[in-house]
Amino acid sequence: MAVSDSKAAERVLDVSADRRQARDRAAGYLLRRHHFQWPEALPWIVAIAAFFLFPDRMTFGSQVLVMIMFALSLDLILGYAGIVTLGHAAFFGIGAYTVGLGAARLGWTEPVSGLFAAAIVSAFVGFITGWFLLRYRGLTLLMLTLATAIMLQETGNLRSDFSGGYDGLPGLEFKPLLGLFDYDLYGHTYYLYALAVLAVVFFFVRRIVYSPFGQALTGIRENVKRMHAIGSPVHRRLVTVYSIAAGIAGIAGALFTQTNAYVTLTVFDFDNSAKVMVMLILGGTGRLYGAFLGAAVYMVLEDHLSKLSPTFWQFGIGLLLVLAVLFARRGVLGLFEDAGQYLKRFRS
Amino acid sequence: MTAALEVQGLNRSFGALLVTYNVNLTLERGARRALIGPNGAGKTTLINLITGVLKPSAGRVLLNGEDITASSQADRARRGLARTFQINQLFRGLTVLENLCMTIGERDGHCNNLWRSAGANPAVIDEAIDHLESLQLADDALKLVRELPYGRQRLVEIAIALAQKPRVLLLDEPAAGVPSSESHLILDVVDRLDPDIAVLIIEHDMDVVYRFAKEITVLVQGAVLVEGAPDAIMSDERVRAVYLGQDGHRGAAQNG
Repeated sequence: MAVSDSKAAERVLDVSADRRQARDRAAGYLLRRHHFQWPEALPWIVAIAAFFLFPDRMTFGSQVLVMIMFALSLDLILGYAGIVTLGHAAFFGIGAYTVGLGAARLGWTEPVSGLFAAAIVSAFVGFITGWFLLRYRGLTLLMLTLATAIMLQETGNLRSDFSGGYDGLPGLEFKPLLGLFDYDLYGHTYYLYALAVLAVVFFFVRRIVYSPFGQALTGIRENVKRMHAIGSPVHRRLVTVYSIAAGIAGIAGALFTQTNAYVTLTVFDFDNSAKVMVMLILGGTGRLYGAFLGAAVYMVLEDHLSKLSPTFWQFGIGLLLVLAVLFARRGVLGLFEDAGQYLKRFRS
Repeated sequence: MTAALEVQGLNRSFGALLVTYNVNLTLERGARRALIGPNGAGKTTLINLITGVLKPSAGRVLLNGEDITASSQADRARRGLARTFQINQLFRGLTVLENLCMTIGERDGHCNNLWRSAGANPAVIDEAIDHLESLQLADDALKLVRELPYGRQRLVEIAIALAQKPRVLLLDEPAAGVPSSESHLILDVVDRLDPDIAVLIIEHDMDVVYRFAKEITVLVQGAVLVEGAPDAIMSDERVRAVYLGQDGHRGAAQNG
């Protein structure tokens, strides 16, 4: 009896050890998912390498960084929360004009505080418009966001005496960064400045994406009916993330004005909203680094193609988009992921 | 003692079509009630009215004595009203474990947190695995929901509802679409539900209804035809008429 008893006890222990292991394995997946992995360093290494390799292309480099940030803000709402918008340029524009008007009309030329102001103003407009618009979904939302951006643009046009209209606000001057680093002709200072701001914004977005709040956004994208049924305040979640994304788009717009030292109403263009969406889809939605890849590929291609053929360069972009939609549904990043999976299987 | 769920004089029409007509229904704490009726009787509509997916044209819904008629769907869920759907409503692109963690996170308000990592709360993950183990889903914890066979997905649907720690649970045909060789798994789970939870189940299989329910409500053309103990219902002439297809319309009209 004693023997079989101890054996039975052993078996029970075995089972519980098994279960313990299974639990740890399952939990480990969620516990470790947000840890940094080494491939994540790659875009930053490339960005720093570009600084040394192409010292005379830093103004272009800053534009790429600005568009990456803009695409990243769109990824937060489109890729994670599933909010489809064609008016995201509205917030880019508000950020751009907050800094532009601040410098031209109020003499507020300190760059870093300008970014904060742009973030706050854009986020506020995002909150107000989001509160009304995010009750709708799909095509209705698409049209309403588009209309919002056009209305803002026309408001600027109406008061062109103040906004500068389509002629814009040229020749803006900003104070040296942190009172130390002055603007240089080659844009070196602003490249590093934009890179530093992008790093901070990225860290912030990454935290959000891996937070419980970020998980809830994914839930809303995956099945909003279920989210309602488990008691999620869906509207509040959407308005929150929409405001945050608007604020980040505003920072990108502010950087755009600061690096170019001018701004015109074209920042509100439908073109700008569509372009950032194309970049994101090209790179891959809902995976953070899709914004990096998409914006960089698009901008570099645009740069080369427009030199090659100033009139027909958009054909190349169009072709790339068709190919991406046909063969790389999850974007260029998706191709890399597939290749990685394939290599792993090939090795084992 | 106040009832767990009370529905008073509920009406709902889509245009001229009356889909719910003057429905009264009371679930005591720990109730085991089946809601039966022919196709198109308005059973799912009634669940949608109770959970707040639809707003009633008239009538009230009380949860633990509190009027929730004006509350949102999410608010009702947070007050302890959970449901499963007739057709799965899951986060198909996420793992089973994430489906559960999401539910627990929203239940306890963790999802208001933007800064902390979702993985940094082991208690949530632990509880999620507990729920999965009790439904023998632990082995599938890291599989994507869309990769599971439909029967397993039905269990996830129930696991989510239970993870909400409901006081009232509405099951809309929990075994629908599941091959009969697997349906016993789901029905076993239904049998073992916490006796404190008031359960309302919509089910077509009379064997299941008979095994599970202590009371039955028969819904015909949006109105309650009759309610009572299973034996009384099974021998009721009007119910037999409806189910044998002999002029259910008149049966409903007589009652209304």
